Amino acid sequence: MEDQNKLIHEVTQRDYRFGFVSDIETDTIVKGLNEEVIRIISAKKDEPEFMLEFRLKAYRRWLTMKMPEWAQLKVPVIDYQEIIFYAAPTQQAKYESLNEVDPELLRTFEKLGIPLEEQKMLSGVAVDAVIDSVSVKTTFKETLAERGIIFCSFSEAVKHHPDLIQKYLGMAVPYNDNYFAALNSAVFSDGSFVYIPKGTRCPMELSTYFRINAKNTGQFERTLVIADDDSYVSYLEGCTAPMRDENQLHAAVVEIIALDRAEVKYSTVQNWYPGDKNGLGGIFNFVTKRGICKGVASKIFWNQVETGSAITWKYPSCVLMGDNSVAEFNSVALTNNYQQADTGTKMIHIGKNTKSTIVSKGISAGHSSNSYRGLVRVAPKAENARNYSQCDSLLLGDTCGAHTFPYIEVGNSSSIIEHEATTSKIGEDQIFYCNQRGISTEDAIGMIVNGYAREVINKLPMEFAVEAQKLLQISLEGSVG
Amino acid sequence: MLVIKDLYAKVEGKDILKGINLTVNAGEVHAIMGPNGSGKSTLANVLAGNTNFEVTHGSITFNGKDIFEMSPDVRAKEGLFLSFQYPVEIPGVSMVNFLKTAVNEHRKYRNEKELSAGDFLKLMREKKAMVQIDSQLTNRSVNEGFSGGEKKKNEIFQMAMLEPTLAILDETDSGLDIDALRIVSNGVNLLKNKNNATILVTHYQRLLDYIVPDFVHVLYEGRIVKSAGKELAFELEEKGYDWIKKELGE
Repeated sequence: MEDQNKLIHEVTQRDYRFGFVSDIETDTIVKGLNEEVIRIISAKKDEPEFMLEFRLKAYRRWLTMKMPEWAQLKVPVIDYQEIIFYAAPTQQAKYESLNEVDPELLRTFEKLGIPLEEQKMLSGVAVDAVIDSVSVKTTFKETLAERGIIFCSFSEAVKHHPDLIQKYLGMAVPYNDNYFAALNSAVFSDGSFVYIPKGTRCPMELSTYFRINAKNTGQFERTLVIADDDSYVSYLEGCTAPMRDENQLHAAVVEIIALDRAEVKYSTVQNWYPGDKNGLGGIFNFVTKRGICKGVASKIFWNQVETGSAITWKYPSCVLMGDNSVAEFNSVALTNNYQQADTGTKMIHIGKNTKSTIVSKGISAGHSSNSYRGLVRVAPKAENARNYSQCDSLLLGDTCGAHTFPYIEVGNSSSIIEHEATTSKIGEDQIFYCNQRGISTEDAIGMIVNGYAREVINKLPMEFAVEAQKLLQISLEGSVG
Repeated sequence: MLVIKDLYAKVEGKDILKGINLTVNAGEVHAIMGPNGSGKSTLANVLAGNTNFEVTHGSITFNGKDIFEMSPDVRAKEGLFLSFQYPVEIPGVSMVNFLKTAVNEHRKYRNEKELSAGDFLKLMREKKAMVQIDSQLTNRSVNEGFSGGEKKKNEIFQMAMLEPTLAILDETDSGLDIDALRIVSNGVNLLKNKNNATILVTHYQRLLDYIVPDFVHVLYEGRIVKSAGKELAFELEEKGYDWIKKELGE
């Protein structure tokens, strides 16, 4: 046991591999938050009046709100006056070819192992790369445009498709939804926008790589995905961030609207800087993600593998409004060292015959704390609703913690709710068995953890699944159970 | 190949092995027999490097190297294989992935090139036929949902894949019906050659009808109290372990 703990300790002590700062010129505004700052952001982005109003409404509401304290997290006090709320790379011109792109930026992507060029050429993935707050490069737009698909930065969407923005912005996550959503609504700088027209199947996986880059810059992304009747889209979101000493606030909002019979798959691999092995630094990740199955028989799937951030507060949720709509939440959350995660989902059943599935796999190592918090609510009118929840926790070593907080509220008698939960430790006998076949303890743990998470990883698109597997292994290197 | 000298070991503070001496040479088959609790499995686990077993005295050399200097995975790569009495399940890890990793770790250790996916699958097909294991089993997760007999067969299959120089079979015969016993034994016999050695840990003489040992050792209360040729196994079967106790004057 002692040996094992030692090994766990060693495996968990590997340094973050993606820690570096790229040297790109950045245009920032003065730090701090007030109405003037919000007006500047809106003006810099050349936004229409309704956007400014949305921001100001959110800001005023935010001032009256308090940071939520119900989560199983210890969050240091955040001084919002010390944060720079807008930073954009200064080279904002659109490029004809990659040759014109800041080579430093391209190198950043290379270091991350996500060369834009190769992604474009080989995998057929359209990449809308967001570094800091403004979209620098958007690819594949023309191919998509031929089918009437809109995939662009949020700012562009505000300029070119204000009607869609005005109609859907805040529909899934209202400006006053919660403290961090209100903050995001007030100051969000950019993000991605997707619209899939009626009857259209998006021919490729849509993908965005986020990266927090400028020093002391909070990142406030806003993503809006609209799938019109009978459409389908798979959206991939993946993140890594450079190493920092000071904590960085990240409060993103993702909204998904699925109309009649539409299907949206939203997959995330999150690997933001988790802080060092002593719990110093790292990203604070307070995200509000919500989808509305607005149309009949619509489907929304959240798939995520989370290994990063010092603090994670995140509950990708679904409101099943349309009759016969379907929602899934499949998640692997791994915490190590002093990371804290309070994550889960909410499934709100409103329509009849609605069905939701929750599969949550928590993996805790080091001194980390990993909590699942989930709500399944069935409205009185949601007859024959069904939910199946499975929440598993895997512990490595004896200094970490795992918690499960399931909330179930059922308003009628025709619905069926099932909940299963398990907690296990990686068995010494499993590791020894692998050792005896010539597999080192480190590799054995990677293998066992990946096996444990396989159910969820299999839900990810192929290229993401491979990345996710590597990520789980890397995140546990130095930490054996 | 293997030299054990005056080996003492503890489990959970309790002395189990109390002075084992044993030499195994290439080409030999040794059977270690003895009543429950005599230390047979402890010996197998100590050889494989299970940290739940604490060695308090003595030495073991394997291929001339001090075995205590080697971690369990290095011992495995040096050619020591343990067929577990109770193989564990590893949910979600496919047999193919597990064995491919194991085989390639062995190859890397010997400075050989890793097998391509194609070559690996070919090797797997060949060895599957040798131990007559069902493809359905090898397509599943490691030991998950396997019956007792299937787990044992799977151990021998892994042994065939890894081609160890020293195979220790810890009660591989327990829980096997006659047909499975024949298949498993047949696999072990096919794998036997003049360069490798086998240690059979067993309760019963039955297994020795199929795998004929060169030496039989009786382990009793942590010591080898009697060693002889294969005829000793028959004598034990006939007279029971009480006979040994009597001989020892207990």
